[in-house]
Amino acid sequence: MSNVPADLRYAKSHEWVKPAGDGTATVGITDYAQNSLGDITYVQLPKVGATLSAGQVFGVVESVKAASDLYSPVSGTVIEVNAVLDSAPETVNSSAYEGGWMLKLKLSDPSGVDALMDAAAYEKQIA
Amino acid sequence: MSDLKRTPLRDFHAKHGARLVDFAGWEMPVQYRSILEEHKAVRRSAGLFDVSHMGEVDVRGPDAQRFLNRIVTNDVAKLFPGRVLYSPMCYPNGGVVDDLLVYMRAPEDYFLCINAGNIDKDLAWIHEQAAGFSVTITDRSADYALLAIQGPNAVAIVQALTGAKLDRIGYYHFAEGTVAGVQCIISRTGYTGEDGFELYHAAGNAVALAEAIVQAGAVHGLELTGLGARDSLRLEAGYPLYGHEITADISPLTAGLGWTVKLDKGEDFIGRDALLAEKTNGSANKVVFFKTGDRRIVRADTPVLGPDGGVVGKVVSGTLSPILNEAIGSALVTAAAATLPLSVDIRGTSINLQLVKPPFVQLKKSST
Repeated sequence: MSNVPADLRYAKSHEWVKPAGDGTATVGITDYAQNSLGDITYVQLPKVGATLSAGQVFGVVESVKAASDLYSPVSGTVIEVNAVLDSAPETVNSSAYEGGWMLKLKLSDPSGVDALMDAAAYEKQIA
Repeated sequence: MSDLKRTPLRDFHAKHGARLVDFAGWEMPVQYRSILEEHKAVRRSAGLFDVSHMGEVDVRGPDAQRFLNRIVTNDVAKLFPGRVLYSPMCYPNGGVVDDLLVYMRAPEDYFLCINAGNIDKDLAWIHEQAAGFSVTITDRSADYALLAIQGPNAVAIVQALTGAKLDRIGYYHFAEGTVAGVQCIISRTGYTGEDGFELYHAAGNAVALAEAIVQAGAVHGLELTGLGARDSLRLEAGYPLYGHEITADISPLTAGLGWTVKLDKGEDFIGRDALLAEKTNGSANKVVFFKTGDRRIVRADTPVLGPDGGVVGKVVSGTLSPILNEAIGSALVTAAAATLPLSVDIRGTSINLQLVKPPFVQLKKSST
């Protein structure tokens, strides 16, 4: 069974968003996504300062099996990327919601988070 | 996956948490826990692979040796009872029907191990070539299960389960004996570049044998290992995989397997004329192996670019070496380009290919 934390919001494309409450949010991929991909070998992330709109490709996650696009679940400006994933991309496998986070965004429209699925809806999607 | 064929170990794999996928029409474990970790376990201690999907064929009769020497490129006459030979089997144009292992059990009694995805094609081809030879060809694929125990601790694990003296079985040799009470062909072969054994046994005994190996292997760090690790291990060792480095369009000479083509074995064989011409005139294309110094996997079918940016070939296998921690692979390129600086484009980034003579890592397998 995949882990789907109750306090996060989810995109259909298997990214999660965690709003910090100060107009910023953290983005990563779900436990279900990392498990489906298998061993993650490379994560390509945007540069700090990049602006993303909801649904836009922000990077690529590669596993032994395949390379998959990453989609920004919300709109905003990249204020930090997880540099740990450069040398230890497998952190996404071991810790999809903590150490394996990918981006921190300054949200351009904080209400965009509300349009995403809650945990119950996402659990239904992956059931 | 109800249409897929299953090995006798399908439920064993499911019970041990395997991720089962369609492999050449078979429901097979691609991994149990992590392809990268399973790969490292084989290099460090030992892994147990179910390769029961492979095909087995008996070739028996007064003409068995002459017939086999007609259909394969290596020299079957060099075999003696208890000896194993690797060989391509070619079409008249030098392209490869399949690559296989030939086991000599006794004069007039040979046994082939062939690729799972090629069983029907190979059998049709072998039967077709057998006209005029006094041989009996029997498909035994459903009768046999096949377990491979690979890695530096493989000998200790199997020795704990058998009275057979394993130190007397050299690399590419085999003996018949019991392992955990199960009658086996104990073959000192494998597809990982490590020391180890492949155990052919009656399909009905597969679960009992696998359970016994898992139990005996626990103290030796044995892990269950899937086909994902098998593929990265074989590529790291520089071994060809049918459909990638060798195909109906890629001859053994093009693939760098000249050592398996015995043009002077004293008997005509299928593909000899074409292979002799290729050897005389030089191959138009070459399979080369590369590493990149970068973690981005260079996947099969990626175009390979020459110094001027023109396409000079394509990648045929690519993965991440869990030992080197960088992308490794093989590519089919024009012979003229094989000595030039080559590169690939991965999502807009140009990555140079550093050509390497495999194996990519130092292997500890026993010598032939």
